[in-house]
Amino acid sequence: MSEKPEIMLPGAEINEIPIESLIERAENARKRLSDLKTKEMVLNIGPQHPSTHGVLRLEVITDGEVVLEVIPHLGYLHRCFEKHTEALPYPQIIPYTDRMDYLASMNNNLAFVMGIEKMMGIEEKIPKRVHYIRVLVSELNRIASHMIALGTYGLDIGAVTPFLWCFRDREHIMTMLEWVSGSRMLYNYIWVGGLFFDLPVGFEEKAKEFIDYFRPKMIELNRLITDNIIFVKRTANVGVLPLHVAVNYGCSGPVLRGSGLKWDLRKVDGYAVYPELDFDIPVGKGEMGTKGDCWDRFKVRVEEVEESLKIMEQCVEVLLKKYPRTPDFDPRALCPAKVRPPKGEIYSRAENPRGETGFYFITDGKTDIPFRCKARGASFSNLSVLPEISRGVLIADLIAIIGSIDIVLGEVDR
Amino acid sequence: MYIKDLVVDLRKQFGDDCILAEEDSGFTPSVTINPNLILQISAYISGNPNFYYDFLNFISGVDYGIGENKLMVVYHLTSLYYQRQLSIKCVLPRPDLPELPEIDSVAAVWRAADWLEREVYDMYGIRFKNHPDFRRILLPEDWEGYPLRKDYKTAEFYHGIKIDYEEKS
Repeated sequence: MSEKPEIMLPGAEINEIPIESLIERAENARKRLSDLKTKEMVLNIGPQHPSTHGVLRLEVITDGEVVLEVIPHLGYLHRCFEKHTEALPYPQIIPYTDRMDYLASMNNNLAFVMGIEKMMGIEEKIPKRVHYIRVLVSELNRIASHMIALGTYGLDIGAVTPFLWCFRDREHIMTMLEWVSGSRMLYNYIWVGGLFFDLPVGFEEKAKEFIDYFRPKMIELNRLITDNIIFVKRTANVGVLPLHVAVNYGCSGPVLRGSGLKWDLRKVDGYAVYPELDFDIPVGKGEMGTKGDCWDRFKVRVEEVEESLKIMEQCVEVLLKKYPRTPDFDPRALCPAKVRPPKGEIYSRAENPRGETGFYFITDGKTDIPFRCKARGASFSNLSVLPEISRGVLIADLIAIIGSIDIVLGEVDR
Repeated sequence: MYIKDLVVDLRKQFGDDCILAEEDSGFTPSVTINPNLILQISAYISGNPNFYYDFLNFISGVDYGIGENKLMVVYHLTSLYYQRQLSIKCVLPRPDLPELPEIDSVAAVWRAADWLEREVYDMYGIRFKNHPDFRRILLPEDWEGYPLRKDYKTAEFYHGIKIDYEEKS
């Protein structure tokens, strides 16, 4: 310390303090630090929080930034679907199924309708054109639903652009489906025994146009988010769901396939005309981290969009060449005037964008209303695995895990 | 079909009276079993390599009303390996409320049953013994009654709020 500065800065007098007291002070501070108690804290996420994708409330027990336990609370969107079905004739229940998984109404309609058709024995008689239209609109809806899943997942972890891009492309699908059914989201298009209407004139060409438009957009999206190093760092090795856990918890759809099992009801059950179509089942391979992590689930959805485009392309081809529109074709020809299935029970299931959606009917054969109609929501079972895989993760990763499971609360709560 | 082997095997393991009825003519083969044996039978068929029912699709309650005086629990299973389906049914008595019928929880076999059983309890008032976290799931904790029972009457008030509900027919 040769010379002191001319202007004394505040705190500069510290040099005057003898070194012994400084050591004592440091020791005291260290002691206080080691005696500090860390405390567990309960953090409520939701029900009004964008990252919970609806009205899901999570009670999170945290220790600092680490999640110790997650307790989900459901039921904020419970609309008594199963109670309603016990008072309504079958065709009138179809609009209610729209509102279950409201991002994939077509697929819900299909799952519901297939069961009744099987029970009434009219499944075989339905014209091929009707089947192909059903598959076409279902796959369109699957793409729209995955667009939301992919876009909002980016939003959850801090990327805003993919959300806007995805919604821009989804808007085209919404417009097309509105053209078909008259409604943007809740279609009530697939009826027992047929369809509401035939496809509007020119729809096949428009669908073709959409496929050509959409393919390059997916490449752009992949460049923007899927292979983006920031995105990969956020999602790879996060929320790893081992296959045996996924099966034990009843997970299905992209969540199960992300863990590496080729299980797709479109192939397994082969309903509608899916056996006649050529497509692959993408599964998680653990390219960026561990098999079954958030990135794998995301990637499975991205690849499923490609497969859906492939299916659509084939459907359009068949609808134009093999089963073209004819003036006397009536998609309602087989719709029964009175839907009264014989006594019995059936579980009809279909592969929704979120997994296996099914309806379990018990009928008494005497009335037009089901004795019991149980709906299986794919998101319900998928969500039940959340407490298991989010133990010990960071809070920011918890948000990433919820997003990767891709829940729709309309289906969880029914 | 494959249900024959299952029935024979189960009878050998758990005695003749473990299976009360079997049905193979419907869309999904089903067995009605003795409700007291549900946990043992679940553990057996989920782990046995001959059956391997490792995927629980759903659990559904069924109420047959006061007339028939029975409740039913349906477990719908899928074997991912063999690509087969099976539904297991347990018929329970239907005592008057607030007494609830009881059955063992299968959450230890399929963890999916955890939430599904809570839903059945919520809607039908069937108590699952040894369930890890037994409470209502979709309805509020303080809800009274079990709405999917056929004789359920809507409450007039909930926390002082009038429930405006018109009973149909």
